[in-house]
Amino acid sequence: MADVTLRKVIKRYDEVEAVRGIDLDIADHEFVVLVGPSGCGKSTTLRMIAGLEDISDGDIMIGGDVVNDVPPKDRDIAMVFQNYALYPHMTVAENMSFGLRLKRYPKAEIKSRVDEAARMLDIVELVDRKPKQLSGGQRQRVAMGRAIVRNPKVFLFDEPLSNLDAKLRVQMRIEIKKVHQKVRTTTVYVTHDQVEAMTLADRVVVMNHGRIEQIGTPNELYHKPATKFVASFIGSPAMNFIPCRLEDLAGKLHVRLTDRTTFPLPPARAARYQGVPRSDKLLLGLRPEHITEARPHLAPGVEAFDAVLDVTEPMGMETLIYFTLEGSQVCGRVNPNAGAQDGAPLRLAVDLNNMHLLNEVTGVVL
Amino acid sequence: MASTVVIDKGAPTRKVKYGSMSRDRAWALRWSYFFLIVFAIFSLVPPLYMLITSLKSSAEISAATNPWWVFHPTLSNYIELLTSNQFLTFFWNSAWVSIVVVTITMLISVPAAFALSRMRFWGSATLATGVFLTYLIPDTLLFLPLFKMFAAFGDWTGIPLINRWYVLLIVYPTLTVPFCTWIMIGYFASIPKELDEAAIIDGASWFQTLTRIFIPVAMPGLIAATIFAFTVSWAQFLYPLVFTTSTDQLVLPVGIITTLIKGDVFNWGQIMTGALLGAAPPLIIYAFLMDYYIAGLTAGATKG
Ligand SMILES: Nc1ncnc2c1ncn2[C@@H]1O[C@H](COP(=O)(O)OP(=O)(O)OP(=O)(O)O)[C@@H](O)[C@H]1O
Ligand SMILES: [Mg+2]
Repeated sequence: MADVTLRKVIKRYDEVEAVRGIDLDIADHEFVVLVGPSGCGKSTTLRMIAGLEDISDGDIMIGGDVVNDVPPKDRDIAMVFQNYALYPHMTVAENMSFGLRLKRYPKAEIKSRVDEAARMLDIVELVDRKPKQLSGGQRQRVAMGRAIVRNPKVFLFDEPLSNLDAKLRVQMRIEIKKVHQKVRTTTVYVTHDQVEAMTLADRVVVMNHGRIEQIGTPNELYHKPATKFVASFIGSPAMNFIPCRLEDLAGKLHVRLTDRTTFPLPPARAARYQGVPRSDKLLLGLRPEHITEARPHLAPGVEAFDAVLDVTEPMGMETLIYFTLEGSQVCGRVNPNAGAQDGAPLRLAVDLNNMHLLNEVTGVVL
Repeated sequence: MASTVVIDKGAPTRKVKYGSMSRDRAWALRWSYFFLIVFAIFSLVPPLYMLITSLKSSAEISAATNPWWVFHPTLSNYIELLTSNQFLTFFWNSAWVSIVVVTITMLISVPAAFALSRMRFWGSATLATGVFLTYLIPDTLLFLPLFKMFAAFGDWTGIPLINRWYVLLIVYPTLTVPFCTWIMIGYFASIPKELDEAAIIDGASWFQTLTRIFIPVAMPGLIAATIFAFTVSWAQFLYPLVFTTSTDQLVLPVGIITTLIKGDVFNWGQIMTGALLGAAPPLIIYAFLMDYYIAGLTAGATKG
């Protein structure tokens, strides 16, 4: 078990800079998820921690020791790959014990560790099979077993669930969380699926274009995104962004969406945004759950308005509604009994206590 | 009652559709069998002719009776060859040369292919292409310079190479190593790179990755390369013809031709017998190794 630290880590491939200066402190026992769109440098970062890629600049430390020039096998890490990478000519038990056998562990110790990992992953009856006799989910478990038996300082996962179907993915997600609760090994997990990131992580690292956009707990990222990129990347359906300006009307700060639509800001928000120049082009960021059907008595900070729905998507426990405001498509979530219908008008309410205000040019959340 | 009618209506249409599909398939099958049979006849006639002739006495061969029938079958050709020291010398020379060449080839090709396909080092891509290009140079172009080189080497060091069977151990790998390396590069390249990365993280050295992961996983390719190297060294004709002349140094293909053709006298019965016996070892090796030639051994390594 160990902490992992990245200091100004840079990776250059000839022309391109895949990772552009990453600083990251991962505490002992922590489960950190790197998330971001395709090509943002997540895998490269993970592979540099593993030692599979050289770092072009900066330092990587595992357990306090700089490991820049330490080969992978001496870093005491275990990695689970997207395509599992099981040794096809070995049985499940042999796959799991390969690393221990190379290190010449005693037979009894190897057996007990493999048995324990197999029990933990519920693959006891599979240990004598070859990988090709296993389903995708079972292979994934074996790949995890291979990591667990080594009892390494750090687990590294590179999109381990993306080859599984949706249902199995949810199941394995829970499985990974359970395993981590048991073994408590420091884990770095790469995914491009924000739901996986939110559900698994102690802390999420959102990456974009080789840089870290924001680091925080899932709740922090969801409720206090620092940039438009994070705000739009985390959460599904994504946050709505509506062009707006601030305006003082009758001594109170308002947000103006269109010529016709303005909303007064609740006092806490008004105080926060007081210093923003009124001429700045801004975006009003609203999560879909903060746009709902209007109730007879509106809570403070909740404002009602009328909209004509373009499309409705009944999901069962809620209905997603889509309408157009100031040229942008806006998504809301209403009660299934609210009477939302395609093409029909509906009175909606927006909860401005949970609004975000972003600078349209810089993308910074104010 | 009504439902039965519906089923009756549906059944014939489905049957016709299915029938037309299976008829297409049946025709495809018939054609492929037709060509397979033509091909089989084409390639089996020469060995059959050799077998028939090998069972005839010299008298029956020169009598020019029906060439496709044996009237007085005899094993005398076989007995004569298998009891002749000369033929056995050729056979053992061939066997030694082939076994040693296969061993040398594999010891060079497999690590070379591993290095060229996996370790990125300066010039590795150029080297891989170069390996293949050397294979494209025909041996008819090389035997004269090689002969000069070996003769010069002999003069210089006093170690004779010309007219020694072991010179073939140096010459044959120039044919087998490039091709086998090329085959193995292809096989190794098909192994997902995560597999060696997993092995390296598990603590394997490059050498252990090669011996414990790559060689077992690429076993079909290894066997294909082995068969190729063996066949090439067993059947090579030009090089041994040029480099060896004394009868105790000859390998089988050259030995049969030089000793059984005396001037314009062709001992057809023994030539055919010798050729048949000479073709047996590769056949046996094919049959034996084919059992292990299980393609798709890599299935299940990754998502599959
Ligand atoms: N060997 C390489 N040579 C050159 N460029 C590379 C190499 N490997 C990766 N890159 C580039 O580095 C960038 C980051 O790649 P990386 O694999 O880390 O992305 P990722 O975030 O893991 O994406 P994905 O979600 O698609 O796996 C990409 O732009 C990629 O094109
Ligand atoms: Mg990746």
